Amino acid sequence: MNWSLPLFPAGASTMAGKVDALYLGLIAVSGLAVSVIALLIIVFGVRYRRRLPDQRGATVVPSLALEIGWTAVPLVVGLVMFVLGAHVYLAQARPPAETMDVYVVGKQWMWKFQHPDGQREINELHVPVGRAVRLTATSEDVIHSFFVPAFRMKADVIPGRYTTLWFNATKAGEYHLFCAEYCGTQHSGMIGRIVVMDPNEYQAWLSGGADGGSMASQGQKLFQDFACSTCHLESGQGRGPSLQGLYGGKVALANGQVVEADDAYVRESVLSPTAKVVAGFQPIMPTFQGLVSEEQLLALIEYVKSLQARPQGTPAAGQQPDTRKPGAPPAPRRQPAGRAPGGARN
Amino acid sequence: MDSLTLPRTHYANAEYGLRSWLLTTDHKRIALLFLGSISAFFLIGGIFAMLIRLELLTPPGDLVSDDTYNKLFTMHGIVMIFMFLIPSIPAVFGNFFVPIMVGAKDLAFPRLNLLSWYIFITGGMFTLAAIALGGVDTGWTFYTPFSTHASQSNVMLAAVGVFIMGFSSILTGLNFIVTIHTMRAPGLTWFRLPLFIWAIYATSLINVLGTPVLAISLVAVALERAFHIGIFDPAYGGDPLLFQHLFWFYSHPAVYIMVLPSMGVVSELVAAFSRKNIFGYTFVAFSSLAIAVFGFLVWGHHMFVAGMSVYSAMIFSVLSFLVAVPSAVKVFNWTATLYRGSISFQTPMLYALGFIGLFTIGGLTGLFLATLAVDVHVTDTYFVVAHFHYIMVGGALMGYLGALHYWWPKMTGRMYPDLIGRIAAVTVFIGFNLTFFPQFVLGYLGMPRRYHAYPPEFQALNVLSTAGASILAVGFLIPAVYLLWSLKYGKVAGPDPWGALSLEWTIPSPPPTFNFDETPVITGPAYAYDQREGQRA
Repeated sequence: MNWSLPLFPAGASTMAGKVDALYLGLIAVSGLAVSVIALLIIVFGVRYRRRLPDQRGATVVPSLALEIGWTAVPLVVGLVMFVLGAHVYLAQARPPAETMDVYVVGKQWMWKFQHPDGQREINELHVPVGRAVRLTATSEDVIHSFFVPAFRMKADVIPGRYTTLWFNATKAGEYHLFCAEYCGTQHSGMIGRIVVMDPNEYQAWLSGGADGGSMASQGQKLFQDFACSTCHLESGQGRGPSLQGLYGGKVALANGQVVEADDAYVRESVLSPTAKVVAGFQPIMPTFQGLVSEEQLLALIEYVKSLQARPQGTPAAGQQPDTRKPGAPPAPRRQPAGRAPGGARN
Repeated sequence: MDSLTLPRTHYANAEYGLRSWLLTTDHKRIALLFLGSISAFFLIGGIFAMLIRLELLTPPGDLVSDDTYNKLFTMHGIVMIFMFLIPSIPAVFGNFFVPIMVGAKDLAFPRLNLLSWYIFITGGMFTLAAIALGGVDTGWTFYTPFSTHASQSNVMLAAVGVFIMGFSSILTGLNFIVTIHTMRAPGLTWFRLPLFIWAIYATSLINVLGTPVLAISLVAVALERAFHIGIFDPAYGGDPLLFQHLFWFYSHPAVYIMVLPSMGVVSELVAAFSRKNIFGYTFVAFSSLAIAVFGFLVWGHHMFVAGMSVYSAMIFSVLSFLVAVPSAVKVFNWTATLYRGSISFQTPMLYALGFIGLFTIGGLTGLFLATLAVDVHVTDTYFVVAHFHYIMVGGALMGYLGALHYWWPKMTGRMYPDLIGRIAAVTVFIGFNLTFFPQFVLGYLGMPRRYHAYPPEFQALNVLSTAGASILAVGFLIPAVYLLWSLKYGKVAGPDPWGALSLEWTIPSPPPTFNFDETPVITGPAYAYDQREGQRA
């Protein structure tokens, strides 16, 4: 048996130190409060123990000042804790502007990862040290929760939604990945590891190759196979709106609303096309609910994203999704142009 | 003291035969029916707990299968929460003592009271049937879409059982509210009421207002499971998180349903065993109501990582800090009551002091969970498991055991051996801390809850926890033995073995069927230990 008695987890992200500082601060405040209460109980218990069977307590006039004081102190201490906790939480919830993206699909009972370059992993995620990594996660079945203790990071992964998580790993190594939301029989087997690598090693790992091309090129193929391309013409002259430059911008709807074209919007437009009809178009698109898998949806989203991420100076006519060969060194990651900070939250 | 004898006739021997118990409308007999039923359920829930701890002794899941393990923790939760803790103090000691403490002959609706017990038993049978027919594996939280679309277990039966038992809570709560409003003895104004009554009153408000929402969410789960109506299914435009909102809207206040009555008991115990008026009576009384009200506004803190907006999360976080304040006020006032008291450390008082210490730790670790950034890390880990066991076992159950030891001589007319009682109380305290304190550490290390197997580095802490659980089990078994023993061989207690002053100690032990020979007239506050006669008529 393993007799080691760990008391504190490894910290391997930029958040770990901040969360630990809060935790230690809370321990200090709580420790002080428990000690004071315990000390008073012991002192009073000894000092005022019953000495004669019929002895009664003395008359003590309650003090209003004392009551107000010990109402106010926990209130103020609590509000300070709230502010400090919320401050770090906002940083946890909002990814920085420039991130490396990975897509996560949870299902009973495994974690599936897709890198934009096309690498796929199961129950194992390779990332470089010192890069902000943004995860876009969804579930194929029930609610799961993506939990990496070393990063002090957790979020529920919910069917029908995209949950965003982010971290910036600070130390190379292997860290536990747990499913933290009970999801059925093999819940405790829905575990994996996050492999944080030095940037060079990561490049080497990345060049190990991907089978099916980048996610965007997989998405482009799906775009053809599902015949999306027959209506969504690049020119905008088709029966559906052009998707060029769509992602991250605003879309005017037939009902007068204006919505942001984010991951959730693209997903909904594929699965429930009549929910948000673009102004100037007819609600004629059929639903792809049940036809397209969560992973295919993510590839389609990557493709739609790629339609606007054209490198500067490239002629529009030459606009092609990323079709680099497997094994080619990764291009600079997409800039999150037009991605409002609010769009990254769930 | 040797001249004490039991009264010749009292509520328990006024009539004989099974029928006289099963058709009784005497609140004291109904209290004993509840005591018997929930004790049996506690034993069942406790066996599940021991099996869980035994499984977790080693990292691989080698004692029971994963499926069995999932059913064990689910059924442990359902049995302990819905079939033991929620009814515990209100249905047993509330039933027995609310009428006596307000100077009444019975509750306002005696037959409704009996119906509460039958409803509870009916619901309990459904849930036990769900267990006997193979169990349930959803967790006591019934989260969708797992409970509605994925689970292959007896979700329906268990949900129907919990649904039915909810009506028992509602009826009992209604009965208490009406009784406390309308049946107080002459002179017994609201601010002369024992604090136990205030706590039961606040609990009853939550029961009446919150339980229907649980019923609605369980009905929705049943409909979704049977007919796939789509409320919780994103494929039909539903939302699985809606269930969590509905569920926690009841189940967070349910925490106060479990712990408020214990707070009321602790107020009684601290006053009686310090022989002193409760410091800040009105603050303690109103803090119960404040907890009942604010308790309805903090359900979202169970869902900080479940996908709510950062703004909702911040509102629920700040409200959660506010709800801690009235609890802190209670702890400070209990501690201040000890000052210049005449403190005796008999068994019930040890449970009261244990409550104060453990509930304080439970409450303070609640602040960790209310602190958003820390919650992200520790939610759904053993930190949460430790936290709510400090509240529900360290708090609610300690209060229950304190009440049991305090009022046992009144209910049965006989004393238990106090020294063994104190040994058991200390055993429970040590066993409890050894079981659950290591789980705080485990949680921060990152061990998720509801795990059948776990990485080997967590083993040492789990071994400590299991060792503690076996001590705790012994601590629970000792009182079971000596309390049963005392029924026949215990020393006769007399009407007031503790020298306590509230109304229940003015009548014989055990009390007569209609409690009082004549309606008492109240002339003073509940804990007038500095006056000669206290609250006596």
